[in-house]
Amino acid sequence: MKPGPFRYLSPDSLDEAVAMLREHPEAKVLAGGQSLIPVLSMRLARPTHLVDLAGIPGLDRIEVRDDCVRVGALVRHAQLLADDEAYAALPLLRQALSNVAHPAIRNRGTTVGSIAHADAAGEMPSILVVTDGVVEVVGPNGRREIAGTDFFAGALETALEHDEIVEAVRFGRFPARTRTAFLESARRHGDYALAGVAAVLTLDEIGRIASARAAFVSVTDVPGVVDLTDILSGMDPDSADWSVIDEPVQAALAPESDIHADADYRRMLAGELARRAFAAAAGATHGGTHA
Amino acid sequence: MTTRQFGAPVQRREDPRLLTGGGRYLDDLGHTAYEAAFVRSPYAHARILEIDTDAAVDVDGVIAIYTHEDLPGAVGEPLPVLIPHPALTAARTGYPLAKGEVNHVGEAVVMVVATNRYVAEDAVDRIVVRYEQLPPVVGIENAREAAHLVHEDAPGNVSAHLVQEVGDVTSAMAGAPHTLTLELDIERSACMPMEGKGVYARWNSDDESLRVYSSTQTSTGVRACVAAKLDLPLAKVECIAPDVGGGFGVKIMHPWPEEVLVPWASRNLDHDVKWTEDRREHFISSAHERGQLQEVTVGFDDEGRMLALDVRFWHDNGAYTPYGIIVPIITATQLLGPYKPGSYRVEFFSLYTNTVLVTPYRGAGRPQGCFAMERTMDAIAAHLGIDRAEVRSRNFIQPDEMPYDHGLMFQDGRPLKYDSGDFPASLAKLKELVGWDDFADYRAQAEAEGRKVGLGIGCYVEGTGVGPYEGGHIQIETNGRVNVATGLTTQGQGHQTSLAQIVADELGVPIENVHVTTGDTRRMAYAVGTFASRAAVMSGNAVALAAKVVRAKALRIAADALEVSPEDLEIEDGVISVKGAPGSSIDLGTIAVMSNPLRYAFDEAAKKATQFAGTFDVEKPPIGDDDEPGLEGQDFYSPTQATFANGMHAAIVETDPVTAEIRILRYCVVHDCGNMINPLIVEGQVHGGVAQGVGGALYERMVYDESGQLLNASFMDFLMPYASEVPFIETDHLETPSPLNPLGIKGAGEAGTIPVTAVIASAIEDAEGFPITSMPISPPELWALRRAHARKDAS
Repeated sequence: MKPGPFRYLSPDSLDEAVAMLREHPEAKVLAGGQSLIPVLSMRLARPTHLVDLAGIPGLDRIEVRDDCVRVGALVRHAQLLADDEAYAALPLLRQALSNVAHPAIRNRGTTVGSIAHADAAGEMPSILVVTDGVVEVVGPNGRREIAGTDFFAGALETALEHDEIVEAVRFGRFPARTRTAFLESARRHGDYALAGVAAVLTLDEIGRIASARAAFVSVTDVPGVVDLTDILSGMDPDSADWSVIDEPVQAALAPESDIHADADYRRMLAGELARRAFAAAAGATHGGTHA
Repeated sequence: MTTRQFGAPVQRREDPRLLTGGGRYLDDLGHTAYEAAFVRSPYAHARILEIDTDAAVDVDGVIAIYTHEDLPGAVGEPLPVLIPHPALTAARTGYPLAKGEVNHVGEAVVMVVATNRYVAEDAVDRIVVRYEQLPPVVGIENAREAAHLVHEDAPGNVSAHLVQEVGDVTSAMAGAPHTLTLELDIERSACMPMEGKGVYARWNSDDESLRVYSSTQTSTGVRACVAAKLDLPLAKVECIAPDVGGGFGVKIMHPWPEEVLVPWASRNLDHDVKWTEDRREHFISSAHERGQLQEVTVGFDDEGRMLALDVRFWHDNGAYTPYGIIVPIITATQLLGPYKPGSYRVEFFSLYTNTVLVTPYRGAGRPQGCFAMERTMDAIAAHLGIDRAEVRSRNFIQPDEMPYDHGLMFQDGRPLKYDSGDFPASLAKLKELVGWDDFADYRAQAEAEGRKVGLGIGCYVEGTGVGPYEGGHIQIETNGRVNVATGLTTQGQGHQTSLAQIVADELGVPIENVHVTTGDTRRMAYAVGTFASRAAVMSGNAVALAAKVVRAKALRIAADALEVSPEDLEIEDGVISVKGAPGSSIDLGTIAVMSNPLRYAFDEAAKKATQFAGTFDVEKPPIGDDDEPGLEGQDFYSPTQATFANGMHAAIVETDPVTAEIRILRYCVVHDCGNMINPLIVEGQVHGGVAQGVGGALYERMVYDESGQLLNASFMDFLMPYASEVPFIETDHLETPSPLNPLGIKGAGEAGTIPVTAVIASAIEDAEGFPITSMPISPPELWALRRAHARKDAS
């Protein structure tokens, strides 16, 4: 379990990094390395070059703006998890991040990296889409933005070109009177979830449900938003029967069987977690944290 | 007054060093050594047609590439069958490098030695082996059907078939008012020590000698094997176990192929060579355990007392049987636990499969046996509508029946005869601890909250401290330092503390002066190893006996010097004095000087022992006829049989009514290992054992597909529990001393692990109301079981 030979490159700027990727078609970008390094060690990937973003100034910043929380490519999960301003602006970030692996991994792993890795079992891709987030990309032709929902192309596949780098992501902030919850179930604490769900409820002035959205972890091909507003709007969140969401939720899921759980179980689990997450978001039962 | 150390919760003296990075594990040694990597079989069963190493030879830094053809003499012969048994009629072992055929994914085929491991793996990548695939045998059912064979000359895939019977089971069963049959299934798991295996060999061509460091549980065993394989005089081979990052059984197996190949390569290349196993290698080329299918038939009376117990089981021994059939023998004998079966017949088939071989893992066949017995107890209780603890209690061997001879032969070839234990007292403690009699209220309360809870119980007896022997050697230096050596190894048990406690008491010295060395054949060449919960019993008693030898010698020399009788002397804090006359005293360091008459003075203290130093009897030789120089001595402890520890566990679990997630709310242990040397260490052993037991009950399994690929060969997919999965463990102790050894101790190393699977199955069954017959169990499996039972109830 030692990686094959590769060259290590340490650019000082994003432009230099992009140029390196252009020059080396088999190069890989290294940020926190929590997915890439094990893959190298098991020789499942053989990049000729690693382009390490660690020396590029300015990528480790979290900015809370009126409409979003902008997270730079080198911001570690632990840094974002601990950021009180980001939490106040968008509680869902902390709700989800506390489920990302373990402290040691969160200390090195980057939030942007987990999004660029595009593993549907990762928590943060689903948070990106459910917040109507945006991916900021730098490439040889300058900068462009990709909507979170357009970013994920398939398992471990994104809309990024080889010579493009994610500079930052922006998680959109929710309107006032929005309540959120994140729930997942893993075989062991901190493992990839068998199923997980982010639930977002926005209420109107009289406290009725105005919009309801969910995004799932581990039970869909790519992270996507399940909009439940049509079914839930107008309901009183304190007395809602959340089982009404079962049908559209089940229609949105495409769980697969693996050695840890079969598709039937994941489907059931995701449905139950969705009901519990909305109940939690509504504050009706245990575990609900809301803005 | 020296405080008595035996029985005190002395903090582990080795921990500051180990916890602050001061440990020296195998890979911390030998930074200039060449490193080895292996081409391992990607197929479970195949013929090797051709090995092409051409492309690898060119890799910069490659030193040597070896296949089986390169191995000379005994190095190229099959590895030994370590523990032969008359019933093991088709023993098969592998070669250090595969010869013509591979029998499991991960079997070593080519060895590469290079300047470092990275380069070695680059070369491994370039070696092309052509195979002709053969039909693989995976899983016990397939092995039993024997449509294909693992070894062509092992018919039915059977390595061993053994039947033991006590009493007349057939007629007792026929006469029993009630009978039940259970079909049970236990999955594979594995030891998974934090540090994998590793070997570092240093050939010294100047004096034709070899030093081998191995991350092993038996350095004497490895030494003997290496000397035999390399045809070296034993005196030219030394083996040292450095700090070892956990063993749990897998490192008692020896010699592993690498333990032969690395020393051989070192001699061949006249250079240090090292191999450090990586995690994937550990999964696919070390050892697993536990996999069994069991069929239990029990006959019992209206009170739930067993009249006949008839057990058949099929044990998956993997591709080879180098460690013999110790695991199924232990299952067959230790299954009985604290109970009297009335009459007992046990039959097992040990079966070959094209998977990693099976050797003992903490508990070593007992968790399976305990599972069979305890599932049976719960089934009897359910059948008769009797309380589960009560059924157990009615079948207990009573304290006044000790010693109790089951009439069976145990794993050491000696009678299965329990020496001690008070099972009713242990059960009473457990019921009190877990609140057994109040559980109905607890459950009612939970149900009112919409929660499902269950209470489970499991009892076991563990034969510990098996022979044949261990030794202790003690030497006191002139500065009063006490060097203790025992040959068995340490892999985290705290021997530097527990053995020092014993010696400090026996010699009357401060524990700070006592320094314990383990697993170093230079210091103690005669030893067996650390397994079967035997270190405290065997080496504990051996160092106690050795300390008595040294103490007697010290008192004899002091008595001469002080001109009193040895009986009038006592030792406290390292000083020998005349009882009641504190003025007349002499410290042990001075005795050490006096014990070794010298011609040359190398330091101040030594001057006193030289020829012109003073008064001695010119009529006597400096060393008497029956004496030896030095304040040192050794002795060996060799018991007639194992000593039997026991314990009882109970757990309360909660299962989610919708998602079937399983949570252990409480875990209670009552444990009897006789006199405890160090309750803190015993507690730690119990905690660690329960943690591994929880892994086996709820998380760990080896997921082989039908082609024999291990699908979860990483810590991402092999679900060893984290601290977050291990419940808080409540413990209570009963100390019924063993009459078999001077210290009255019984082993504690495996205790925590043995009943956990049985206990959790019992608790889940209690929560769910349908039988749990297959373990481990995961939430998806429990959920599927619920659906199956709901369908059955509906139809």
